[in-house]
Amino acid sequence: MKKKVLAAIMAATMVLGLAACGSKEAAAPAEAPKEEAAAPAQEEEAPAEAEEEAAPEEEAAPAEGSGELIKVGIINNDPNESGYRTANDKDLKAMFTEENGYEASFAYSNKNDEQISSAQKFIQDGVDYLLISAADTAGWDSVLTDAQNEGIRVILFDRVIDADESLYEASIVSDMAKEGETAVEWLKGQGLSEYNIIHLQGVMGSAAQKGRSGALDAAVESEGWKLVTQQTAEWNAEKAQQIVQSVIDSGESFNVIYAENDDMAKGAVAALDKANISHGVGKDVVIMGFDCNKWALEELLKQNWNYDGQCNPFQSSYIDEIIKTIQGGGSPAQKTIIMDEKGFDATEITQEDVDNFGI
Amino acid sequence: MKSENMKKSGVMVFLKKLVRQQIFIPIAALLLLAVFNLINDPSFYKITYGYNSAGDPVLSGYLMTILDYGSELAILAIGMTLVTAATGGQDISVGATIAISGSVILRILCGTNSRPETLQAPILVAFLVSCVVAMIFGAFNGALVAYFKIQPMVATLILFTAGRSIAAWINNNELPIISDPVFSYFGGFIPGIPIPTPFFIAAACMIVTGLVLKFTTLGLYTQSVGINESSSRLNGLNPAFIKFLTFVILGLCVAVAGLIKVSRLSSINYSVIAKDIEMDAILAVALGGNALSGGKFNMTASILGAYVIQFLTTTLYKLNVQSDALPAYKAVVVIVLVVLSAPIVREKLSAFFKKINSKQRFKEVG
Repeated sequence: MKKKVLAAIMAATMVLGLAACGSKEAAAPAEAPKEEAAAPAQEEEAPAEAEEEAAPEEEAAPAEGSGELIKVGIINNDPNESGYRTANDKDLKAMFTEENGYEASFAYSNKNDEQISSAQKFIQDGVDYLLISAADTAGWDSVLTDAQNEGIRVILFDRVIDADESLYEASIVSDMAKEGETAVEWLKGQGLSEYNIIHLQGVMGSAAQKGRSGALDAAVESEGWKLVTQQTAEWNAEKAQQIVQSVIDSGESFNVIYAENDDMAKGAVAALDKANISHGVGKDVVIMGFDCNKWALEELLKQNWNYDGQCNPFQSSYIDEIIKTIQGGGSPAQKTIIMDEKGFDATEITQEDVDNFGI
Repeated sequence: MKSENMKKSGVMVFLKKLVRQQIFIPIAALLLLAVFNLINDPSFYKITYGYNSAGDPVLSGYLMTILDYGSELAILAIGMTLVTAATGGQDISVGATIAISGSVILRILCGTNSRPETLQAPILVAFLVSCVVAMIFGAFNGALVAYFKIQPMVATLILFTAGRSIAAWINNNELPIISDPVFSYFGGFIPGIPIPTPFFIAAACMIVTGLVLKFTTLGLYTQSVGINESSSRLNGLNPAFIKFLTFVILGLCVAVAGLIKVSRLSSINYSVIAKDIEMDAILAVALGGNALSGGKFNMTASILGAYVIQFLTTTLYKLNVQSDALPAYKAVVVIVLVVLSAPIVREKLSAFFKKINSKQRFKEVG
């Protein structure tokens, strides 16, 4: 009896599975589901839409500005990943709207293979532009070649990939090494009598960690600064708190905390507060963070922290500009566009900065 | 001569008794770590009395750090021990459910504004709601395990993967920050009391657990279900319900640990809060000498195990071990424990001890 029921369920599952596959294929040429939850609702009207849209597209592959919406497929990392990503996603969503002349579809994943398959889907959908923030640098060649053959323009943002430059129009990135250098230059300029630094690193091997650590390591070497401890807290405030706590417990003295993101700086400050070690402008310990979260800039404004380096998540205006150039028949001046990134000093920051640059 | 022998054998018997005690394992591990630190650097045990930046008296030093950070682990170990004993499996979703219950607390305290000037609700209310939510998620795990007979690790894998996204969704993906200093007392210090609050919270949990185990049949029933499910059913117990109940209790423990976690920073980061804490909680149970396959358990040993793990973590931090290498060291401990508790190793060991004993006796006779 049990077996029969099981068999029936299995059969039902398989049939459903087949049906699901079928409908997915049908839906594919229309538009990628914006959110999974919304997918079933769209499926019914999808085939009709697909037919309608297929016709004009054959005539002009990259739609020609006037009145018609430009179709963009955006592949990004999971917005939950960090405050940076949340701000990045929000910024893109605000730019690529119908009012601005775009029809945007989004796909999110932190996994490279999933991102590549969504890229293939977007190519089938016949988007005009493919915007990619790749989870991993490798494995993109074939899908980008496909895109090129279909006449789809590819623009990379935030992350670079290992592919031939001819395969994409432009890449808009942050220069992490420069971020680190800006911060270290600032630290040099503070003219402290001695530099005893607690260095809290991000997840080892990530681009942000490499760039920001590299600059500090070089300065430690050349300036004779002392690293009290150099540890990865994996972008994690709790871990940072424990690491700094451990240094405090050991009784070693330090006067700079160089945290590679705001969360870790926050954790470090929590440990300092517990031990009544003063921090901020004109105090015992210099606090440095990165990413310019709004709450972090507010700490700067209160002079509890000293420095925060920007990692600019607002690529959409750059992307928009490039698309406008291409639509107008031109081509972007440079392949790699490095965004302006600032470093904020607690003594100079204003409320306006907090509002404009906080993420 | 004879009396000396008697004394000797008396000590042997005592030692043997001690070694057979379950609590011997965490105590031995604790002593090992303690002696190591004493030799390595006696200043490890220095405790200083000072003031925090709010001007309140605090005790600080490595030992206080262990008491402080070990406490949420001890709380989790209580629930994890019960789940392990009843189901013979572990809940690997505790870290993710801490993220959920933590977000619930912040969501209620903050309302719709992610950075409120004043709290939108009393902390107690927020905490109680988060308890209910965490218990519901515990009940979800429990129902899958108890009524649908899914392996605990597989059943809790669902929340392990989905939990942090749910947590982010609860707060609309925002990162709320609470500025009210009262909220930070739970993970820090209450003004005027120099011992970290998490320790008091953990102590309260231990007392409650102790009373419950002493005055109710929960402990007995849990063990009997873990030892033999069908015979306990034949004796009139409801094994499914008891399994379910242990998961709900673990949910409650998770909510308490979640409160401490979010209070430490007055904020939350969904993707990293209480990361890998399930590893430590399970390890605490194992270090307490409890069989991970269920059955008999010793709560005191588990709780001690939790503090021993924090002792190990703190020691490693002190030695400047790279923090991403910490799990590797803990893994070594797990391997040693698991190997030692494997039946085949135990048999060999007891045979070995018997051999030594008989040799000694042989000598005495000769």
